[in-house]
Amino acid sequence: MLQDVSIISALWKIISGGDGDFYSIILLSLEVTLTAVTLAGCVGLPLGAMLALTRFRGRLPIIVVINTLMGFPPVVAGLVVFLLLSRSGPLGGLGLLFTPQAMMTAQFILVLPIIVALTRQTVEDLWSEYADHMTSLGVGRIGSIPTLLWDARFSLVTTMLAGLGRASAEVGAILIVGGNIAGYTRTMTTSIALETSKGDLPLAMALGVVLITITLCINGLAYGVSRIGAKLAGGR
Amino acid sequence: MRDVTSMLPLKLQDIALEVDGRRLLEVTATSIRNKRRTVVLGPNGAGKTLFLKVCHGLLKPSSGRLDFVAGKSDAEVRRRQAMVFQKPVMLRRSVRGNFTHALAMAGFGWRERRRLADETMAHFGLSALADRPARVLSGGEQQRLAIARAASLNPELLFLDEPTSALDPTAARQVEEMLELLRAHGMTLVMTTHDLGLARRFADDILFFHNGRLLEQGPADTFFTRPQTAEAQAFLENRLVW
Amino acid sequence: MLRRTFLTALAATTIAFTAFGPASAEDRFITVASTTSTQDSGLFNVLLPAFTAKTGITVKVVAQGTGQALDTARRGDADVVFVHAKAQEEKFLAEGFGVKRYPVMYNDFIVVGPKADPAGIAGGKDVATAFKTMADKKVPFVSRGDKSGTNTAELKLWQVAGVDLAAVRGDWYREIGQGMGATLNTAGAMGAYTLSDRATWLAFANKGDLVVVVEGDKKLFNQYGAMLVNPEKFPTVKAKDGQAFIDWLVSPEGQAVIASYKINGTQLFFPNATDPKA
Repeated sequence: MLQDVSIISALWKIISGGDGDFYSIILLSLEVTLTAVTLAGCVGLPLGAMLALTRFRGRLPIIVVINTLMGFPPVVAGLVVFLLLSRSGPLGGLGLLFTPQAMMTAQFILVLPIIVALTRQTVEDLWSEYADHMTSLGVGRIGSIPTLLWDARFSLVTTMLAGLGRASAEVGAILIVGGNIAGYTRTMTTSIALETSKGDLPLAMALGVVLITITLCINGLAYGVSRIGAKLAGGR
Repeated sequence: MRDVTSMLPLKLQDIALEVDGRRLLEVTATSIRNKRRTVVLGPNGAGKTLFLKVCHGLLKPSSGRLDFVAGKSDAEVRRRQAMVFQKPVMLRRSVRGNFTHALAMAGFGWRERRRLADETMAHFGLSALADRPARVLSGGEQQRLAIARAASLNPELLFLDEPTSALDPTAARQVEEMLELLRAHGMTLVMTTHDLGLARRFADDILFFHNGRLLEQGPADTFFTRPQTAEAQAFLENRLVW
Repeated sequence: MLRRTFLTALAATTIAFTAFGPASAEDRFITVASTTSTQDSGLFNVLLPAFTAKTGITVKVVAQGTGQALDTARRGDADVVFVHAKAQEEKFLAEGFGVKRYPVMYNDFIVVGPKADPAGIAGGKDVATAFKTMADKKVPFVSRGDKSGTNTAELKLWQVAGVDLAAVRGDWYREIGQGMGATLNTAGAMGAYTLSDRATWLAFANKGDLVVVVEGDKKLFNQYGAMLVNPEKFPTVKAKDGQAFIDWLVSPEGQAVIASYKINGTQLFFPNATDPKA
């Protein structure tokens, strides 16, 4: 039976370094997730803003598709990346299957629709408020993107956190494309899956506690910073 | 060489604005004259704001001509005018940030922005608010910021939509003082207002709208003493619902 | 056109990520597609460091079921396969994906089930009888259902027992499509029987109410083999280093390391590279 005491002793074991790989697993998890979310932000924020401000044929279907992709099943994303990056796939020549880069790519694909969709909504709302002012200043819709992204920054922090949450909690995609190779593509979530399958539930649970704690810290930090910023800027 | 000759007068000819088949604005002929203060009057729904937006280029008329002095590029025309909206748009930045943003959009360099922003704030008595977030200012402060922000761009032509509505008397007086400063600076002002007192004190020319049509125009003295149309008479006698 | 754009974008993204990847300290590495049993049992934790220390070649193990591991290799995504389903391995060879099959080691399968033993098969030595009884009594049975080596062995045992699974399957027979460990977790939680390899069982930490009910039948023999993926099919296969790994596995040194791996004093795998029939 699973007992609290065994979870605590498992926690102590991993934190005190009894399990040597533990810190490198955390570092890899953070590296993969933060890189994927950062790049998804670099691409998704301007893309979401573009989608909010431009008008073209097929825009509405695209918005519906992207909103749907927010719930894209991670295993499907993983499978798609797997088939593309496999030696037999179209991008096999890159030799990137079972690497951290492959995991970043899969998470990027999962996070991007969330950031694009939420950014589009936020920017569209803000644009309805700013449109006259920006037009009066002689700035077009595309030219207004930096202004809108900056002024929506506090809402967009929440958007990025939503993306981060999706990426850090995810196991289905990275298990497929990363292969859960010890010391190379083993992350917090794939470790938890592995320890569960080994029946070491206290260790799996302890890893889960650590993962949640780290996620909590990142969220708390980002939220706190954005709240203080919002207060200082008088924004919402 | 910077072209310093005026782009005014702005001449409007047979302007019509239709939305979904409904004619919302109709102006047969009028002009905005250089260095004059034009006040746009009329009851609610008369088309005053639409007229300002058409003149400012925010709305494209369905038909008709709108001409500045020949030989000015579109960009030049855009750069030389500004507008203050009835509900001022406050960027989610500091007061100074609101100035530097507008100046940046107008193409001023980083140092220049900062200098012009500080100068303008000092000029209009806003320096104490420089580092406050714009969106927590009072209504009067926001309106003054919006006017000063537009003025910092040093436009030749400035549109103001109901700059004193929804302000308490003190704030309204402060805004009126700002407008006086702008006039003294030689700016051409076009303003809508509900405040007949302000209109009497301020206007050189009057444009009177009713039901979307420009009914009457001319010097303020003439309009207030000898209105030509029954609608204008009714309006001045407060008989029209605002 | 759209597909092309998408692929280019994806390639660009992926390449962009390579800039962020950890610097590849291990220049020489091979990818081994292997089974969950070898990984979950902890064997690789002693086997791989010994090999790396000797040769400087790092081994990256992707642990999957045997069927999936062979498929991974069929796509050219592994250099070596190290699995346990002889028939599937021979098919793999016949298709030309493998170069040569090397027997490496064996252990055995066991039938585990709840201590209460509702089927009444505990202590039996004939696994066919036990399977027949389970099917007759329709006691809960959890199957891997994932084409793994253990799953393949299980399906063969039903056959040997004369049970036509297609005809008798029902609620009692639960395919969960997961690895050995997950299957044991499920069996434990359901009070069900299942077939496990002995190594995973011994290393498994959440036994709960489960006990070994049938073991020691010759039909429960579980042979592991290793193959180099055919470099003629996939030029990217690291033939030299991959072969070095296999050669080391079947060398006296590698065999000795396998024999030395014990959990609580019990040996998990028995080297038999020299057995030509294995």
